[in-house]
Amino acid sequence: MAALEEEFTLSSVVLSAGPEGLLGVEQSDKTDHFLVTDSGRTVILYKVSDQKPLGSWSVKQGQVITCPAVCNFQTREYIVVHDNKVLRIWNNEDVNLDKVFKATLSAEVYRILSVQGTEPLVLFKEGAVRGLEALLADPQQKIETVISDEEVIKWTKFFIVFRHPVLIFITEKHGNYFAYVQMFNSRILTKYTLLLGQDENSVIESFTASVDRKFISLMSLSSDGCIYETLIPIRPTDPEKNQTLVRSQLLKAVVSGNTRNGVALTALDQDHIAVLGSPQAASKECLSVWNIKFQTLQTSKELPQGTSGQLWYYGENLFMLHGKSLTVIPYKCEVSSLAGALGKLKHGQDPGTHVMPRFVNWETPQGCGLGFQNSEQSRRILRRRKIEVSLQPEVPPSKQLLSTIMEDSEKHIEVEVRKFLALKQTPDFHTVIGDTVTGLLERCKAEPSFYPRNCLVQLIQTHVLSYSLCPDLMEIALIKKDVQLLQLCLQQFPDIPESVTCACLKIFLSIGDDSLQETDVSMESVFDYSNSVHDEKMEEQTEILQNGFNPEEDKCSNCDQELNKKPQDETKESTSCPVVPKRAALLNAILHSAYSETFLLPHLKDIPAQHITLFLKYLYFLYLKCSENATMTLPGIHPPTLNQIMDWICLLLDANFTVVVMMPEAKRLLINLYKLVKSQISVYSELNKIEVSFRELQKLNQEKNNRGLYSIEVLELF
Amino acid sequence: RSTSGAEPESARARGAGAERGERREGECAAAGIRCVAYNNQSNRLAVSRTDGTVEVYNLSANYFQEKFFPGHESRATEALCWAEGQRLFSAGLNGEIMEYDLQALNIKYAVDAFGGPIWSMAASPSGSQLLVGCEDGSVKLFQITPDKIQFERNFDRQKSRILSLSWHPSGTHIAAGSIDYISVFDVKSGSAIHKMIVDRQHMGVSKRKCIVWGVAFLSDGTVISVDSAGKVQFWDSATGTLVKSHLIANADVQSIAVAEQEDSFVVGTAEGTVFHFQLVPVTSNSSEKQWVRTKPFQHHTHDVRTVAHSPTALISGGTDTHLVIRPLMEKVEVKNYDAALRKITFPHRRLISCSKKRQLLLFQFAHHLELWRLGSTVATGKNGDTLPLSKNADHLLHLKTKGPENIICSCISPCGSWIAYSTVSRFFLYRLNYEHDNISLKRVSKMPPFLRCALQILFSEDSTKLFVASNQGALHIVQLSGGSFKHLHAFQPQSGTVEAMCLLAVSSDGNWLAASGTSAGVHVYNVKQLKLHCTVPAYNFPVTAMAIAPNTNNLVIAHSDQQVFEYSIPDKQYTDWSRTVQKQGFHHLWLQRDTPITHISFHPKRPMHILLHDAYMFCIIDKSLPLPNDKTLLYNPFPPTNESDVIRRRTAHAFKISKIYKPLLFMDLLDERTLVAVERPLDDIIAQLPPPIKKKKFGT
Repeated sequence: MAALEEEFTLSSVVLSAGPEGLLGVEQSDKTDHFLVTDSGRTVILYKVSDQKPLGSWSVKQGQVITCPAVCNFQTREYIVVHDNKVLRIWNNEDVNLDKVFKATLSAEVYRILSVQGTEPLVLFKEGAVRGLEALLADPQQKIETVISDEEVIKWTKFFIVFRHPVLIFITEKHGNYFAYVQMFNSRILTKYTLLLGQDENSVIESFTASVDRKFISLMSLSSDGCIYETLIPIRPTDPEKNQTLVRSQLLKAVVSGNTRNGVALTALDQDHIAVLGSPQAASKECLSVWNIKFQTLQTSKELPQGTSGQLWYYGENLFMLHGKSLTVIPYKCEVSSLAGALGKLKHGQDPGTHVMPRFVNWETPQGCGLGFQNSEQSRRILRRRKIEVSLQPEVPPSKQLLSTIMEDSEKHIEVEVRKFLALKQTPDFHTVIGDTVTGLLERCKAEPSFYPRNCLVQLIQTHVLSYSLCPDLMEIALIKKDVQLLQLCLQQFPDIPESVTCACLKIFLSIGDDSLQETDVSMESVFDYSNSVHDEKMEEQTEILQNGFNPEEDKCSNCDQELNKKPQDETKESTSCPVVPKRAALLNAILHSAYSETFLLPHLKDIPAQHITLFLKYLYFLYLKCSENATMTLPGIHPPTLNQIMDWICLLLDANFTVVVMMPEAKRLLINLYKLVKSQISVYSELNKIEVSFRELQKLNQEKNNRGLYSIEVLELF
Repeated sequence: RSTSGAEPESARARGAGAERGERREGECAAAGIRCVAYNNQSNRLAVSRTDGTVEVYNLSANYFQEKFFPGHESRATEALCWAEGQRLFSAGLNGEIMEYDLQALNIKYAVDAFGGPIWSMAASPSGSQLLVGCEDGSVKLFQITPDKIQFERNFDRQKSRILSLSWHPSGTHIAAGSIDYISVFDVKSGSAIHKMIVDRQHMGVSKRKCIVWGVAFLSDGTVISVDSAGKVQFWDSATGTLVKSHLIANADVQSIAVAEQEDSFVVGTAEGTVFHFQLVPVTSNSSEKQWVRTKPFQHHTHDVRTVAHSPTALISGGTDTHLVIRPLMEKVEVKNYDAALRKITFPHRRLISCSKKRQLLLFQFAHHLELWRLGSTVATGKNGDTLPLSKNADHLLHLKTKGPENIICSCISPCGSWIAYSTVSRFFLYRLNYEHDNISLKRVSKMPPFLRCALQILFSEDSTKLFVASNQGALHIVQLSGGSFKHLHAFQPQSGTVEAMCLLAVSSDGNWLAASGTSAGVHVYNVKQLKLHCTVPAYNFPVTAMAIAPNTNNLVIAHSDQQVFEYSIPDKQYTDWSRTVQKQGFHHLWLQRDTPITHISFHPKRPMHILLHDAYMFCIIDKSLPLPNDKTLLYNPFPPTNESDVIRRRTAHAFKISKIYKPLLFMDLLDERTLVAVERPLDDIIAQLPPPIKKKKFGT
């Protein structure tokens, strides 16, 4: 988690910062030392950890430093330019800048750039670049003009990419921006035109860049307050041609568009950038750290005294001018762990011996973060390993299983999975199951023909999986329209999102009766599963209804058999089940699943109207069945409850009311439903009256039961 | 009926007696807990209550309350600690330091510290020195000698009372919590080297005073303090600066205890919450560690006055009288029954005795006895009926003790005409006369000097003999006749042992007397011949209850690990039934009960039955039926009569358990058809406690 630490001021001495702020802050040869150049005449070397200056140098009165001082890392000397053309080089022992090495150049210097591991570069205002050594050999050499008239360098940065120095600088001319990339070794200069996209009027306020393997990622903060990213290839395809680059929006409105103060941004690492500016027009300036990967604001710090709109970042420290003084805010981005945040730390495993499991097994203690336990912990691991060794002398079964998944045939995998499940109670059972499913699904995705449904069914039936562990599982099942697997998932997973529930419902309603028949019968294991359920149904059919999808017992003990054969008669919906038993079983799985109305409603609206009617008919049928007996329950082992039925009727009507009302075929159903509800309400109002009298009766009873201090009871012991 | 289907009519007195609350003190069966002290060496826990009672629990023996020292009105214990191995010391507001004799169960000596009331006490890490903090601001160091303690010197006097003390594990420094500040003393020089001022602010409001209720000195020099402003604070004792502060409660944080490894500690607040703090690494794999508040526990309704930290559990006690032992799950290797939370509320001894002949119950309280006559009914009914009373229970007698000492034990004779009780310094014997509805009471004067302090009193079945277990280890037999008594004999303890006997049992024919101490075996004496008959083979766990069956003279012994033995006194060996039980083993659920059996009785007409009870159930063991194995249902509700005989016989086993009355303090058979049970509803205990701190909930 990225965090800004407590800020501190580098010096109480007020720097003579002009209206534009400081000229620059640059790294020195020691990690903790920084060169600060103010906009007047002074260069100060600070040691940040001590918060104090180590040295200070000034140019003569009348001279003005025009380019921030940098350190030549190879010679450990400092270089500064004053009056645009005069180069000064000195080191720590020198006291007076007047007495140090001086070279007057023939052209005006824009900036000297220096990074660790290479000689400094001098960038002239006309766009030419020279190495320092070459320049010092002949200071008065002719400097060519690279950029056109009225083109002004706005920003520059120097990288080392694959040990080659690469210089990038951005120029501006009449609101157009150009990027120049100079490969210093090959002396190739590539020019790019930056296209601002649709918002042509915006002015770019600040740049920052980071580099990865092939691209320089140039981030720019525009006057509209958004951050854009432009990818500039390091190795140009055609260096001669003038190329254009398009920028893409990275973050929206991180700062207010129309601030008077300057804004600045700097890249902190791959994922984080720091932005200086006011979040809203009226508010105070803030330093905020954004995660560009997740587009989230990680932290921010208010800077009430205002800044100069400049921001530098070197080695975990952010430098800025806050008010009149130079402020340092250390920035840290630690790897955070949820367990650590909860106060309980997951024990990091030795990377040498173990592969970090993707699934954490919370049941076996992973170490409690208590120091003295470590020895015990390691002993326990040893012991566990011993057990594994004794079971399978060479490879642990889990590893073997995972490798099988990657290569072998479905049949073989199935055998292996079954073998592993037979072993079962290993301590890392959960994690292995998780890894196995992930492995299977990855392969499913890679090979469309690979679909080990038997394995998946077995793994789901271990009861250790959940939706969040393997979201791909249901996705694939939905694509394959594997209703049996979906039903199993609905029954086993506690955490299925509403959108997926709804997708299942769609398939369950839309799948054809014949294909429903086929799917269950054709496959071997499906036969097993559905048969078991089916058998149960058959067994109890003679006396009671199962799952509520059978027709009325008195009329249709033979009807059920007929249902499978003859097409459903839609008009008889009040007395016979509107769907075939298999579909009903699937729909019951939906009824049993957990959901939250708010999230379910929008998805229900996507279901076609005729399917809504069918489902409503089925629910209405269930409701009728429920109200047939006094306890208001459906017979069977695990039938939908009355509440579930009612909730779903409400949900469906809520989501699709206008559609259903307009449908002529649903009219009858709605009327029936309305009649039933009305009659039920009148029944319940009567029941209400009875309840009141019973309540009085109970009160009397309670008084009798209150035994007081002393009582004599009859107790039959045996 | 084919199976033994008699219908004993049962009388029951629910919570009888305890609610007549004109006076406050001593009305409650157990007083609030003031201090706990854990001894790692013996795995024992000492608990002191607000009435001065000190109890010792053996955590290895199924948390059994092994020993107790009766309280004293003027002796409010404020501090309790173990020192020098297993010596137990307490100090209190009377300004005295006391040592307890854990063998003879009396107070060895009391030494006045001459510093006013003592608020805190701590034994040095080596155990050889004792430090007390007094009302006058003095910290006094005592040297522990083999048989006493000796004042050594005073530390620099502080301005206000010293409420908490803690030694640095090296023994070189101590931290003392006072009002508004914490002092750090150098033990060698006795001078205060730092004074750390505690912030009085409480939620932004400045309170008058900030009381430092507890301090703990860690070996790295950190001092942890808990105070009345609800803060847990970490101080650097080397520089005297505040390092970190946790605000954890809106009320006082009253107690703190640190684990021996110093990787976790526990604090208790006045809101009844216990917080666990642990030292965890800041990030994974980093060596930098910080204290994190990990777990809150709310097992108390009232102030948690004291906490202790055993290697595997957090122990807390407070005003609501519960002693809560909460195991730390991560330190429990095997998830067995020891990993369960224990809440000890009721004393593990019998405070009620009954006179079967006159149907009287004698209730023992801290400072008085109450005698009740049971009511009666003429009605009959079927199972589960509550019958209308023709005569309600009568409160016959309220006998108040003289002096400030608590009652240790009491007994009423089976005939109902004698009552005996004892305090630490005096033994009382009363003769009761019943004339119609009137009752007259006459104290038997001139008790012999050896009958001074009794740990247990018992009358013989025919009420002609009185058996007294004195705290010197001797057993006295006294002949009672008419209004007088005669000392018959004293069984002296075996040479070399001074262990006090706490449990007595006499056979119904009056021939045998069994006596048991806290740890040694059970001795059986022949009363006729006045000599030791035999000693039951020693067993690892203390005896919680025993009784001798009529006719067979089998001694039934219950131990704290829930084992029950039957020992034939005439044969001097375990009975066959007992051997069978031991061979087969008890049902696992029976062994997992967490309250000890406190009373055993027998049915006069059914020699195969043993009736025993603990706080949450009563059980009739029918020795003629097969024993249950782990697969059978132990808590088999009494089978309904409409089941067929086959089923009844198939499901029947020796343990008939009923849980209808709970918490059950006492249960006995009055006659063949009557059972008396005394319940003590928890609500009544809670109702008598001072109101807890009111917490705002949902905008109320």
